[in-house]
Amino acid sequence: MSAQLAQYLLGGLTIGAIYALVALGFAIIYNASRVINFAQGEFVMIGGMATVSFANAGLPLAAAVPVAVLAAAAVGLALEKLAVEPARGASVVTLIIITIGASILLRGVATLVWDKNLHALRPFSGDTPIELAGATILPQSLWVLGVTFAVVLLLGWFFGRTLTGKAMLATSHNPLAAQLCGINVRFVLLLSFGLSAALGAVAGILIAPITLTSWDVGVMLGLKGFAAAILGGLGSGVGAVVGGLLLGVAESLGAGYLSSAYKDAIAFVILLAVLFFLPSGLFGRKSAERV
Amino acid sequence: MRTKLLASLAAALLFAGAALAQEPIKIGAFLSVTGGAAFLGDPEQKTLELYVEKLNAAGGVLGRKLQLVSYDSAGDAEKARTFAKRLIEQDKVDVLVGGSTTGETMAVVPLAEAAGIPFISLAGAVVIIEPVKKWVFKTPHTDRMACERIFLDMRDRNLQRIGLISGSGGFDKSMRAECLKVAPTYKVQIVADEAYGAGDTDMTAQLTKIKNTAGVQAVLNAGFGAGPAIVTKNFRQLAMNMPLYQSHGVASKEFIKLAGSAAEGVRLPAAAVLVAEQLPADDKQRPVAVAYMKAYEARYKQEISTFGGHAHDGLMLVVEAMKKAKSTDKAKVRDAIEATKGYIGTGGVVNMTPADHMGLDLTHFRMLEVKNGNWVPVK
Amino acid sequence: MDWRKPRTGGLALLAAVILLLPLALINNYWYEVAILVGINAIVCVGLNLLIGYAGQISLGHAGFFGLGAYGSAILTARYGWPPAAALVATTAGVALLALVVGRPILRLKGHYLAMATLGMGIIISIVVVTEDRLTGGPDGMSVPAFTLFGIGLAGERTWYWIIGAALLAAVWVALNLIESPAGRALRALHGSEVGAQVSGIDAARVKVGVFVISAVFASLAGSMTAHYSGFITPGKVGFFHSIELVTMVVFGGMASTFGAVLGAATLTLLPQLLTVLKEYEMVVFGAVMIATMVFLPRGFLPSLVLEMKKEKRK
Repeated sequence: MSAQLAQYLLGGLTIGAIYALVALGFAIIYNASRVINFAQGEFVMIGGMATVSFANAGLPLAAAVPVAVLAAAAVGLALEKLAVEPARGASVVTLIIITIGASILLRGVATLVWDKNLHALRPFSGDTPIELAGATILPQSLWVLGVTFAVVLLLGWFFGRTLTGKAMLATSHNPLAAQLCGINVRFVLLLSFGLSAALGAVAGILIAPITLTSWDVGVMLGLKGFAAAILGGLGSGVGAVVGGLLLGVAESLGAGYLSSAYKDAIAFVILLAVLFFLPSGLFGRKSAERV
Repeated sequence: MRTKLLASLAAALLFAGAALAQEPIKIGAFLSVTGGAAFLGDPEQKTLELYVEKLNAAGGVLGRKLQLVSYDSAGDAEKARTFAKRLIEQDKVDVLVGGSTTGETMAVVPLAEAAGIPFISLAGAVVIIEPVKKWVFKTPHTDRMACERIFLDMRDRNLQRIGLISGSGGFDKSMRAECLKVAPTYKVQIVADEAYGAGDTDMTAQLTKIKNTAGVQAVLNAGFGAGPAIVTKNFRQLAMNMPLYQSHGVASKEFIKLAGSAAEGVRLPAAAVLVAEQLPADDKQRPVAVAYMKAYEARYKQEISTFGGHAHDGLMLVVEAMKKAKSTDKAKVRDAIEATKGYIGTGGVVNMTPADHMGLDLTHFRMLEVKNGNWVPVK
Repeated sequence: MDWRKPRTGGLALLAAVILLLPLALINNYWYEVAILVGINAIVCVGLNLLIGYAGQISLGHAGFFGLGAYGSAILTARYGWPPAAALVATTAGVALLALVVGRPILRLKGHYLAMATLGMGIIISIVVVTEDRLTGGPDGMSVPAFTLFGIGLAGERTWYWIIGAALLAAVWVALNLIESPAGRALRALHGSEVGAQVSGIDAARVKVGVFVISAVFASLAGSMTAHYSGFITPGKVGFFHSIELVTMVVFGGMASTFGAVLGAATLTLLPQLLTVLKEYEMVVFGAVMIATMVFLPRGFLPSLVLEMKKEKRK
């Protein structure tokens, strides 16, 4: 395999893993509430920026990371309580505007809490590139891939083996039936936001040492995470992961072999293609409209 | 009834007269304090505030206080235009200092020309002053000069085949075009030419293409903002063992902080102020540079950048012009700015002419290198 | 004439406001703000037909606005076309694009439709930014003034009247459309698409029709902006502007043409007034969006009207 191709693949998988985490966040919230959370990208931003703050304040990385994740989760819970819950049952457009408003609000707060500058986060284990199949990969990329893999396994165990996880799955299939079975649907909703926020934060922390972080880093990441979620099939966890990885690799190969200037457009062209030809995505369920 | 009217009229005139005497000189500014060009606009804003304060503390200019009216255009040309219009029409400022980026500056140029108000731009591209426009001036060195300074250094190091990578902003594109134009004069061949987008976070694809181009000996990154920092990091990540040059668009400690250890060995052309304390004692610029550095760092506890220096020079040029013209009449101030000779600023020695509204040459444009996380002058 | 009906009373009120407003506009800067409000209002009136009446959603309408602006700009600045011809050609081009893209996009519903329009808008803005030889890239390009039969139309005052007239025309068209059989088909569609189809309405044709009309409104507004400003940047083509437009429509009141105008006015003026609170602008904007949707989900004007009707009944 040519060194160039290997380089593109490794780069693509790294960013793909981040898209996968963001897409998982969307999937979890969508499943619980049929809401597309446009503020998902901001959780990514909060994770990275909070960790930078805590690290600069003197906290060792091993402590800064969990605290940042918890902070992001708290924001997620607040978002659900203050913005989403009061508007339960509202139309699609209303909910979309609410979460978009939330994302603008969160960005505004970020500029007040932090600043409008770019920040670098120290890589977890140094930045000496490692040679692999003629290409180079940063140790941080290995962290990204490794942690994403671990998170996916963890989520699989959570949804498949724990009672709370199964309750969330049940809610996603049929909220009314789940409620009738005694599942506290409102709690599930709250938990889904917290969990998605945590996932987003983890993604943000993992990628910050490679791509730098700032108050508006969540916008594009959020949108591309969307595209990945739709590619994989909205609502499917497996789809989110596969979609994310595929999107990352497609972007990297596209930038390398086709046009580096149009790299950003690749995600959205894929998005449109999926929506036109295969709206339920790769792994999504085909939905039927009840009249 | 008539006496009352006359009396009130007289009183009003008296008040007006008194008010006019105390009316402050308004300096209008639109800067990219937030957004992609924040590390240009933020120090510019802080510098203007600091020096307006200092000038006022020293008695103001022409017996009047200075008042800074500034808006954050966030790197957006449209916003810059709207704010410039507001400054001219609503706030009725006497002079415009601003336009952190080339794009924002160019959007405002027609407004300044139409309104007949002196405008000192803080942006880089040569197109701002070439062709020369009556009311528009600028303080930073141009992108063409950056290319020339870099090519001079490359010639010294015998680097003849280079790869070029640039962003999508006005300055980036302009500098890229200028470098392509002047390269043959310095016997430099540009064998690879890649581009990245404004929000891109990964340039490994583009750099990989450059790396795999036959015979490439060095890379020149024309840009500012986050892009060059990421290019620099990716550069080291791909273990590209060759010289990397940046433009004066990243002449700030922020760049070194962001790029981290990857910035070691990177070279760029910049104004002397970045290495103020390392200048020899007989260097003409040393006093101004050191004074600026000390004042800024004492007040803001933040390291200086050349961008703040551009703002300092811009403000000082305006103030000097007003003093020389003994007035704030826009046309007189413009003429005085155009007649600036021998002004020693943070960027160099300024000698303006009707054909040259920037007034700097290559002599004071230094080549700097990053060593141990700090700027050091080369040779 | 029934002065309480929107078509007569409302339109007359709007005309009166437009005629009398210059008394309050003290300098060119405020004229510019008024023009900006007018332009946004034109786009919103069209977008409202799509969102409020047809019940669809578009998160990419800034794309059509941008195509209108850049189309006019490029044809006049780079190819030397006369501005009027460029305007017509650009509008026709955008209408065609909306027709072609509309069919597959409008087969989608809800979130999928939102995402598809989002993707379309973003792709348009990326193309605009990247093809810098044509468009001037991220820093924009300058646009020659609009000339009609050799007379140049420039300056804030001239354009104020042009945009004012255009807004009145746009509102009149929209109101007439809503009252027409096509309009009733639209509203039936909004109520229940399947129900409408069963009643014999060609849902796809109606949806695409409204999509094209709203795209045309946006494109015209874009072309006018380009010539008025003498300068355009990709900022107006992007995702954020699309969101702003949708917010204006939803805030002002969906299914209310005058609501759309009100929404445009409010949300255009807000950032101008908020420059005083520079630091808090985004926070306030976001909070306003959330609060409106949570407490006034029908939008400002309809809620206001509802309150007034309630008062009357008391």
